[in-house]
Amino acid sequence: MKPAPFDYAAPAELTDAVTALAERPETARVLAGGQSLVLDMHYRRERPALLVDINNVRGLDVITVDGHTLRIGALARHRAFETPTVAPAALGRLLSRVSPYIAHPPVRARGTMAGSLAWANPVSEWCATAVALDAGIELTGPLGRRRVPAGDFFVGPFRTARQPAEILTSVLLPLLPGQVGVGFCEQRRTHASFAQVAAVAVLTLRDGVIAEARLGLAGAADRPVRAHDAERHLVGREAEPEVFAQAGELAAAGSDPLAEPHAGVEYRRHVVGVLVRRALAQAREDSNGNYGDEGRDRHEGREAR
Amino acid sequence: MTGRTPVRLTVNETDYDVTVEPRRLLADVLREDCNLTGTKLGCEHGVCGSCTVLVDGEGVRSCLMFAVQCAGRDIRTVEGLAAHGRLHAFQQAISTEHGLQCGFCTAGFVMLVVGALEDDPSIAEDPERLDGLLSSNLCRCTGYEGIRRAVLRAYGRNGTHEKDGAEGH
Repeated sequence: MKPAPFDYAAPAELTDAVTALAERPETARVLAGGQSLVLDMHYRRERPALLVDINNVRGLDVITVDGHTLRIGALARHRAFETPTVAPAALGRLLSRVSPYIAHPPVRARGTMAGSLAWANPVSEWCATAVALDAGIELTGPLGRRRVPAGDFFVGPFRTARQPAEILTSVLLPLLPGQVGVGFCEQRRTHASFAQVAAVAVLTLRDGVIAEARLGLAGAADRPVRAHDAERHLVGREAEPEVFAQAGELAAAGSDPLAEPHAGVEYRRHVVGVLVRRALAQAREDSNGNYGDEGRDRHEGREAR
Repeated sequence: MTGRTPVRLTVNETDYDVTVEPRRLLADVLREDCNLTGTKLGCEHGVCGSCTVLVDGEGVRSCLMFAVQCAGRDIRTVEGLAAHGRLHAFQQAISTEHGLQCGFCTAGFVMLVVGALEDDPSIAEDPERLDGLLSSNLCRCTGYEGIRRAVLRAYGRNGTHEKDGAEGH
């Protein structure tokens, strides 16, 4: 099928985009990369009366370090995150490890991180990453700007806390300084398939002991979630395979996956455990690659004391 | 804008003044309004990649973009590759390496590869990235091996693409 008719606006200023959207928010949709929205318009699952195309809005494609935060504009494409230099240290390594799992190059050339978060597919890689990192989601509407923590933003499959008259204008990710290791694992049917389950792991280590653990899961519930029980288990323990396996079991037990034709609930729960264990091992490995930094940090720490 | 809208599309450095509804896909407007039927539509779901064209130098699915989005942008399709009666180096390579059989997916593969390899020729020397790139599109008769060999022939070390470049192609 082809998309149903719609009105089209492509303003060059954010205020004009917000005004256009506010005129009929319930029947309008925001077009960024369009790689999911346009597909659903083909199916006519989406029949917006008005499409507000933000691709011409100036300044929305920026990715900048702003204090302790990476600010990602609404038009930053998936492709921008393919190289680790997109962000300092561990955050850059994590984003560049995740982005190749999103569809394939032509889709990554158009699709955006902010758009993925606004779309809120429960198996989205970026949504799991945002939840793992406690991202800030910045929304701009007729009443101004507000910020919602990722943990409160996702409220169900393809449902978010965004109001119809709001545009998701920025994603704020915390930089990951210090001795941090990152990991990402995904299970999918074919190379370009959506994830069945994916796991994001971020470990902060001190002398081989886990000081902080963040686990973000895709496909483990009706929305992206953190594996809080597994995180609590990890903190204070040695970064060892048995501990990772225990964390995987806790994450699996705590998950509540939706059934889908190619991956039943029990299967997905099993996969959650396996991927959490592997992502944690990857994170430890990733931090090993940076022992030089850890050594220096420790040395400086001692001198400071 | 509502209803039919005038849009100037620049395709292969030629301007096309078309009047289209905003809901018209770039792929359909290229084929039906610009009469550039080299671009094929397979699935119309962004899966198969037959409709891949370059917009501002990047390979994109023209079934997942609206023509009205492309005003003022630089669009390249398979019709724009051959010059002075000679095939582009990658078109020649795909012929030499038997990279096509029915040919339906070929224009999409050619634009996918030309867009990516013009931006970063080192992909040819990196099997993992090359596989990742070629898995963007579907071929269901010849298979991918001939296409992969064609990439190496055109863009690999001492590839035909560079030699053509020296001749001003």
